[in-house]
Amino acid sequence: MTRAALAILRKDLLVERRTRESVPAMALFSVTVLVLFHFALDRDSLDGALASGVLWVTLLLAAVLGVGRLFASEREEGGMDGILLAPIDRTAVWVAKALALLAYLVVVEVVAVPVFALLLLGPDLVPALPALVVTLVLADVGLAAVGALVAALAAESRARELVATLLFLPLVVPAAVAATAATEPLFAGAQTAAGSGRWLVFLAVYAVLFVLLSVVVLDYLQED
Amino acid sequence: MFGRGLVTLALITAAAVGLALGMVFLYAPLDADQGFVQKIFYLHVPLALVALAGFVAAGVMGALHLRSGDSAWDLRSYVAIHLSTILGVGVLVTGAIWARASWGHWWVWSEPTLVAFLIVFLLYAVYPMLRFSIEDPGRQGRYASVFAVAAGAFVPLNFAIVRSAESLTHPQVFSTTGSGMPAEMLATFLASMVAMALLYATLWKLELTAKHASEQLRRLRRRAERRAGESVAPRPGGGASAGSSRTGAPALSGTAYAAPRGGR
Repeated sequence: MTRAALAILRKDLLVERRTRESVPAMALFSVTVLVLFHFALDRDSLDGALASGVLWVTLLLAAVLGVGRLFASEREEGGMDGILLAPIDRTAVWVAKALALLAYLVVVEVVAVPVFALLLLGPDLVPALPALVVTLVLADVGLAAVGALVAALAAESRARELVATLLFLPLVVPAAVAATAATEPLFAGAQTAAGSGRWLVFLAVYAVLFVLLSVVVLDYLQED
Repeated sequence: MFGRGLVTLALITAAAVGLALGMVFLYAPLDADQGFVQKIFYLHVPLALVALAGFVAAGVMGALHLRSGDSAWDLRSYVAIHLSTILGVGVLVTGAIWARASWGHWWVWSEPTLVAFLIVFLLYAVYPMLRFSIEDPGRQGRYASVFAVAAGAFVPLNFAIVRSAESLTHPQVFSTTGSGMPAEMLATFLASMVAMALLYATLWKLELTAKHASEQLRRLRRRAERRAGESVAPRPGGGASAGSSRTGAPALSGTAYAAPRGGR
């Protein structure tokens, strides 16, 4: 299963590198949303809860774009038939898609977080960076697991991207709660992650639960 | 198939609802603090608990469908989610009324139970959209069941996380439910709970029966139309007949359709 998953992941990353369909769109979108937030809030710099909320909403919305495109090559080019004909575990598809989404999210954050610090964030980003990176990585694992599950669920429906978005957002509310709460002290001038340890545990539990849940249910999706 | 015992169940439910209403208005004492408004508690809390239990039960039924492949479990799961979503509207409305009466606001973000319920409701509101945007019936049932299982597991998780998230900064307003209540109130609450659960079961059975009946009707009508079409332009030869029965097979479930054809 690992080999099959890695093969599909390699294919996805290769396709993405050549077509550049998802990641540049997600990065550009996140920058645009940050600009929109500047005008909507009419503020030049943000800190504390507001800054953390703006950053996470931006990242979640960018993730929505990636989720919508996750099965695009399988759907449009008939890749799913090839995968289903191959004698591999069906869960491999989900694992590969989750890892691909995780990679996309990391790249998007590498762009979006510095831009956010440059455009909107009041306090200095550098001292908060180590704790922020831990939060981002933990949250990304959960988001990738949920995103791949939702994308697989919506793949057969007529209004795919709509259904995927509407499923994705309520499901990630707990992750958003924990991630914003963990980030808030970092943007409030506190230099350490004191107090946010508990939220990081939440993010980890959330990620583990959704990985397990997806592995259990996904085998039933692709039976034909 | 689903209709057996429906009348008996309906009669028992009517009696239970009548008893619960009688207890709410005649037996249970007025709340010293909130007065008459507190009686919405006997509607709101059972509604919420039954709706959530319905969501979780729908997840279990979805899992049974996935394991057994029996589409009746998918129908049961679908009807349970449908009813729980309708009850969910009631929960949000009665909750808002109660919050307005006792806390002075229609909506209180700091009350985690309210917020958690809203998130669950928003998630399940997508179920019909997902289900009816998939055309192939077998696939529709399977995808809907996978949703039911995942969302059913999400319900307790979501409540756990949102609850513990908020309880850091905010006191639990209703953690005393049940424990700090006088015996009359508790008895009334339990009676309301039973009545609500029975009402849910009755409505669930009723909708199952109705959905099953309309499905059968559609099947019969399609068969009648097919026969009418054949009698106008009869097709010659066995090959054509085998071909048309093959095209008919996905729409009509195999055996019921094949039997009369074979006889001719």
